[in-house]
Amino acid sequence: MEALTALIVGLLVAASVYLMLARNFMRFLFGLILLSNAANLVIFASGRMTPGAPALVPYGEDAPLGAVGNALPQALVLTAIVIGFGLLAFTLALAFEAYRRLRTMDSDKMRYAEPKEERE
Amino acid sequence: MMSWLLVMPIAIPFATAVVAYLMRMSPSGRWVSVFGSVLSLIASIALLVAVLEHGVIAAQMSNWEAPFGITLVADFLGVVMVVITAITGLATAIYALGEIPERLEKLGYHALFQTLIAGVTGAFLTGDVFNLYVWFEVMLISSFGLLVLGGSREQLDAGIKYVALNLVSTIVFLAGIGMLYGVAGTLNMADLREAVANAENQGLVTVIAMLFMVGFGVKAAVFPLFFWLPASYHTPSFAVSAVFAGLLTKVGVYALMRMFTLVFVGDIGFTHEILIWVSVLTMLTGVLGAAAQTDFRKILSFHIISQIGYMTLGLALFTPLALMGGVFYLVHHIIVKANLFLVSGVANKLAGHTDLNRIGGLYKSSPFLAALFVIPAFSLAGFPPLSGFWAKYLIVKASIELEAWLIAFVALLVGLLTIFSMTKIWGEAFWKPHPKGDDAAAPLAAAPVAMLAPIIALAACTIVIGLFAQPFWVVAERAAAELLDPAGYAAAVLGRLP
Repeated sequence: MEALTALIVGLLVAASVYLMLARNFMRFLFGLILLSNAANLVIFASGRMTPGAPALVPYGEDAPLGAVGNALPQALVLTAIVIGFGLLAFTLALAFEAYRRLRTMDSDKMRYAEPKEERE
Repeated sequence: MMSWLLVMPIAIPFATAVVAYLMRMSPSGRWVSVFGSVLSLIASIALLVAVLEHGVIAAQMSNWEAPFGITLVADFLGVVMVVITAITGLATAIYALGEIPERLEKLGYHALFQTLIAGVTGAFLTGDVFNLYVWFEVMLISSFGLLVLGGSREQLDAGIKYVALNLVSTIVFLAGIGMLYGVAGTLNMADLREAVANAENQGLVTVIAMLFMVGFGVKAAVFPLFFWLPASYHTPSFAVSAVFAGLLTKVGVYALMRMFTLVFVGDIGFTHEILIWVSVLTMLTGVLGAAAQTDFRKILSFHIISQIGYMTLGLALFTPLALMGGVFYLVHHIIVKANLFLVSGVANKLAGHTDLNRIGGLYKSSPFLAALFVIPAFSLAGFPPLSGFWAKYLIVKASIELEAWLIAFVALLVGLLTIFSMTKIWGEAFWKPHPKGDDAAAPLAAAPVAMLAPIIALAACTIVIGLFAQPFWVVAERAAAELLDPAGYAAAVLGRLP
């Protein structure tokens, strides 16, 4: 199971690097999404993959009975997903507004903040 | 009681942000921001007094004991950074009264600004790595908002680059946290020290350390990772760029200092050696980049990078003196750099632009502003008796003590080249006549008092740190001693001696 997850993480990172090397900002953004999902999988796997019991405490007990899955990485991943989602929503809105105002998605042509003589 | 002291510097800016957002349509909303900043400053000074009295203070949120709950902890370095953050926050909040137009206020400028301060303060006070990530995000999302607020083309262009590169660094940092948890089984910083030292696979620990170095390195804008900074810092309003220049990169440096003294000390010969050369190249590329620029704020932006090199060098050399120099440099630099950006805002207001080719005559029209520029500019270059002299002196002395002659030489050379850039700004903006004629530069009276008062106050801070360096010196020394021997830190957090 760990080996499979590691493979998937590797694939995701490779695909995201490929996408992020593109000049088109949208492709960069898709690469970013894949990369953040790869990071989430890394956290998930770091809690050790155990098949079986969820981390639930039976009624009237103080601790789970027997061995259960590690709940902490799942909580961390959940937090990371929520934060990542918020940032992504902002970035998409930014990309849209930038396209509307700058009329381009090509990062090589985004030179408005550079000195005049360096602009194309 | 102690936990209240620790929570207040974070809670006050958040509360202020909420009130400021609700009052964003009313002209009195801006005073909420100033009032909240004053309260934050009081709270952080109260925390400083408590730390001076009792040593390291730690509190467990909701009484979940460390290492399970979220820990807030204030050691010397943390609390000093919190106080400086509050000072910079107050200065820029007052400056915003004179600079930020009503249009931006209605979009929620003050709320975003206070959230940024809360995020920065939280990053300085947290004792948990994942919590540090969360504070980074709070800081990041509000800085995104502040950067593009107003939505000019330059800002959107800068925003794309800033957002893209910072998001990548955040993901690298997050992946590092995941792997660190996998190796150590804990995320509490004090607990991590032991757990990482006892980890079976030390090679993997070094890999994780490099992930953290890259993640924080982007935030701190060190050598190969700084490109987002000069692409963006010259586009937002001046109050925003001042607070960015003062605080944001320094959070990255602080995080490097924290993790690479507390947790990743197993393979200093490898990690800190890399950091030394990164620092040297950061100092050089920053200052050389500045030499090629002709925009007031772009020159200053490149100088942030070159100065960051000194701070990380203090960490990389890893002797008590060098770390002390690094801490001193942090404090000095935040005040000086924020102040220079504030000055550039007044220069823009009086002379009409920040492009040095299109302005001039400021010395003639307002000699007082020229004096206010010279103080932080000379301090940046390291002239005695200003604060920058002591900061550079400590770093150079530490490298000479290690017989690292090349590093000491580069540190001195970069100081010299800094003067070159500062004299360029001086010559172009202040001395040469204004290209549009003698009367084109407005007199100082045209700038609101709210814009000048914070500049005067910060310049006074620079002079005070320079002339009465002793107490600051002692605080930096104790902060460095705590960093090198974190037993007190660990004891305060975990409630037992490690």
